[in-house]
Amino acid sequence: MSAILTVSGVNKSFGGLKALNDVNLQVEEGTIHAIIGPNGAGKSTFLNALIGRLIPDSGTASFQGQSLIGQAPQAINQMGVSRVFQTPEIFGELTLLENVMIPALAHADGAFKANWWTSLRDRKAVREVAERELHDVGLKEKMNVVADNLSRGDKRRLELAMCLSQDPKLLLLDEPTAGMSRADTNEIIEVLKTIHAKGMTKVIIEHDMHVVFSLASRISCMAQGHVIDEGNPEEIRNSPKVREAYLGDEADEH
Amino acid sequence: MRKRDYFLLFIFAAVMLSMPIWGPFIDAGYPDIMQRFAVFGLIAVGFNLLFGLTGYLSFGHAAFLGIGSYTAVWCFKLFTMDVIPAIIASTIMGGLVALILGFVALRRSGIYFSILTLAFAQMMYSLAYSVLTPLTNGETGLQLALGDARVLDRALGTNPESGLPSTSFLGFGVSNQGMTGYWICAIVAIIGFYIALRITRSSFGIMLRGIKSNQTRMSYTGLAARPYLITVFVISGMYAGLAGGLLASVDPLAGAERMYWTASGEIVLMTILGGVGTMFGPILGAGIIKWLEAKLSTFNESVVEQAMAFLPDSIEHSFAVVASKFVGEGWHLSLGVIFMLIVIFLPGGVMEGLQRLVGLFGFGKTKKQGADTSTPAE
Amino acid sequence: MDAIILQFLNGVDKGAAYALIALGLTLIFGTLGVVNFAHGALFMLGAFCAVTTNTLLTLSQKVKDPSITFFEAYIDQPYLVTWYGDLGATIIDWSVPISLLLAIPVMFLLGTVLERGLIRHFYNRPHADQILVTFGLAIVLGEIARTFYGANPLPQPTPDFFTGQVNIGAIFGSDLAYPAWRLLYFLVGVVIMFGVFALLQFTRFGMVVRAGMQDRQMVQLLGINIQARFTLVFGMAAAIAGVAGALYTPTLPPNYEMGMEFLVISFVVVVVGGMGSLGGAVLAGFMLGILEAIVALPVISDLIPGINQVIIYAVAVVVLLTRPRGLMGRKGVMED
Repeated sequence: MSAILTVSGVNKSFGGLKALNDVNLQVEEGTIHAIIGPNGAGKSTFLNALIGRLIPDSGTASFQGQSLIGQAPQAINQMGVSRVFQTPEIFGELTLLENVMIPALAHADGAFKANWWTSLRDRKAVREVAERELHDVGLKEKMNVVADNLSRGDKRRLELAMCLSQDPKLLLLDEPTAGMSRADTNEIIEVLKTIHAKGMTKVIIEHDMHVVFSLASRISCMAQGHVIDEGNPEEIRNSPKVREAYLGDEADEH
Repeated sequence: MRKRDYFLLFIFAAVMLSMPIWGPFIDAGYPDIMQRFAVFGLIAVGFNLLFGLTGYLSFGHAAFLGIGSYTAVWCFKLFTMDVIPAIIASTIMGGLVALILGFVALRRSGIYFSILTLAFAQMMYSLAYSVLTPLTNGETGLQLALGDARVLDRALGTNPESGLPSTSFLGFGVSNQGMTGYWICAIVAIIGFYIALRITRSSFGIMLRGIKSNQTRMSYTGLAARPYLITVFVISGMYAGLAGGLLASVDPLAGAERMYWTASGEIVLMTILGGVGTMFGPILGAGIIKWLEAKLSTFNESVVEQAMAFLPDSIEHSFAVVASKFVGEGWHLSLGVIFMLIVIFLPGGVMEGLQRLVGLFGFGKTKKQGADTSTPAE
Repeated sequence: MDAIILQFLNGVDKGAAYALIALGLTLIFGTLGVVNFAHGALFMLGAFCAVTTNTLLTLSQKVKDPSITFFEAYIDQPYLVTWYGDLGATIIDWSVPISLLLAIPVMFLLGTVLERGLIRHFYNRPHADQILVTFGLAIVLGEIARTFYGANPLPQPTPDFFTGQVNIGAIFGSDLAYPAWRLLYFLVGVVIMFGVFALLQFTRFGMVVRAGMQDRQMVQLLGINIQARFTLVFGMAAAIAGVAGALYTPTLPPNYEMGMEFLVISFVVVVVGGMGSLGGAVLAGFMLGILEAIVALPVISDLIPGINQVIIYAVAVVVLLTRPRGLMGRKGVMED
């Protein structure tokens, strides 16, 4: 197996606060790699640095040999990196089908194509992709509903379908089950397992250990902007460093 | 495009082409006002492509209109009185200037974009009004002159022996108050509507709506918003330039007042009055505004008093005094008041009002709510 | 050299007007989050307060002209002159400064009424709606002014006391006279600006407003009644625009269209200074005013005709391309 994503020595400070402190990470192709860690460990900041939302102060991140640092978000996405956000970023005023067709079109046509004569209805291949992904996440029947009318859980699934329609090589998920009921969470786990069969690499940030241990094949634990330990689920479960990070966190909170 | 869209196009074409028949019933049967309906409908459709689809509110569209007019008149002066080269040139100029402005203004969105376009329009106005007088003839406005070059016309021997020539369309007179001018405007407006309809329904159109809805998602979806915005801004500028060219074709003069901020405001008003983001709304809005303008601006106090003659004398007089402030010279006051009332009470414009009415009387109950939401409201 | 200094001073004068309008715009924008396209109209209404004061003070009756003896001639004599003689004439002469007694309360009141009755209902509507409604308001206010005062510019008197020239040149060891009124305008402008900064810096009201400009939601969460303060801020901004307009009348005869002209330039000022930065608004206001005046010098304007009409926009373009946040804009304030 080879590393699809290699991050080394990434630093980022906000004022005096060191949000990312010498982060090193390798993600193997075809794995589900979970990043866990207490609140404020820098997990979301780390994802932001990967997708071009913020530029790290130093360090490198390369995806299949291409550098991600300093690239525009759309360029990074076009390389094959998609992200599901913690609060779903969807097109609220558009229907579910349109929501999924936009990323599917971006995948088919590239970052810009002034295709202003062909009707959307005549893009049959793209439409099929969109319908298939909506079917996969269980939203096919609702495809003509306006996205704002969806429940929170359904919005998550919609965003997942939007990312999947691009057939990304690397999917970044930021707490895909936060605030969801146990039943919904299990459903998302099932959806993720199904799509994992396609062999797509995933990096997932998660608080819910149930989700982490049912999905991940590799786990990194972050604390205070630094990766403190990494290993397979069994190793992480027994890692004293991880335990300390979480207990220390709890001690602070109480 | 589906059948329904062709039906829309058919309705629009039918309305435009039958205007000489129904126009007289609303006291609008003469070419001048019908041309205005068509031309301003066209510019509102183009404005709506920008504002309705992307949500970018431009206060500079009158500048493109003015540039289109100046270009067309120069085309008449230098080359030929035929309107075809003139409207092609004005469309291109509208697009070119929009490209330059768009390059700068579209670096920002929201309020900044509105401010930048307004500032740009004011700059163009002051350029046209004073600085570029050799090109625009300043305050007087650009007009045809006896000594104009008209290279092509002279070469072809179609230049008149004496007097000012009138614009023509393949030999048919246009600017001499016949119906030819209207037919040209109507046909161009129908073509413009068709193109706008195609753009709205295309994959390009859905991207624009995506930009309006969530720009963050657009960029993390691998789409570059800026080229999309610049393209639609240029298209929108071309519509306005074309409209300016048509205005000059039916009446070959161009003045700076066409670029004043109130003119830009009027274009915005037409669109929101009719209904932003709908296909028919902007055209309806343009029709209402131009009709009101034609009626109200010719009224004066005595007309108002006549209209209120049924009231008791004392009331009649005070009513007439107040009402007279809103007509004639004061027509812009009515414009401003309509503007505010629409924004405050009916942000969706007349089209939303009609929908509400339909809902009120229950006509729409048989149709399941939200069953057909894959296209925006028509 | 003198010509340059003269133009510089002219620029400072006009810059003060830009800065005062931009200051109000920024106050409103920073606290209420609304871009007020009607702010230029408030400046214009302030100017018409001066016109109204003058009209009221010069209400006249027909009196026999004493200088003509061989037949009965009548002239208009203001009541004030009839009643108080020379004192009356002096009052009329000072009509523009006196008009502040009208302009400040009227504009303050108008501002609060507008905020309560109109703007408040737009806090939660899209920015486009806020722009549209204030734009409509600008048209309405302008047209109302035209119905009452007509379309022609109405020149206003400069008080005799200030009609003279002040020899500014003495400072530089040369001989350079400058209209006293324009100096006064600049000074009043500076005093108002310092007043606003002091108010924001040293009072509890100012503290809350500043906090609101930093983080509106936070202030609301603290349970501070921000609504009432918003109303005051809007009234204050309107009053500032009113004063700026009223005192500008002797320099520029007001007409109903002046509002939009000043507004557009003030917008550019705000953009250049940095959206949401009061200091930036003042700095950019003076800078652009001076720049506009300097390029009007024959040396430059002969070279590039009409440069003074477009320089401000050109600067706005350059600033936006190189420093999108403006000179003193803070990160996170209206980034999009």
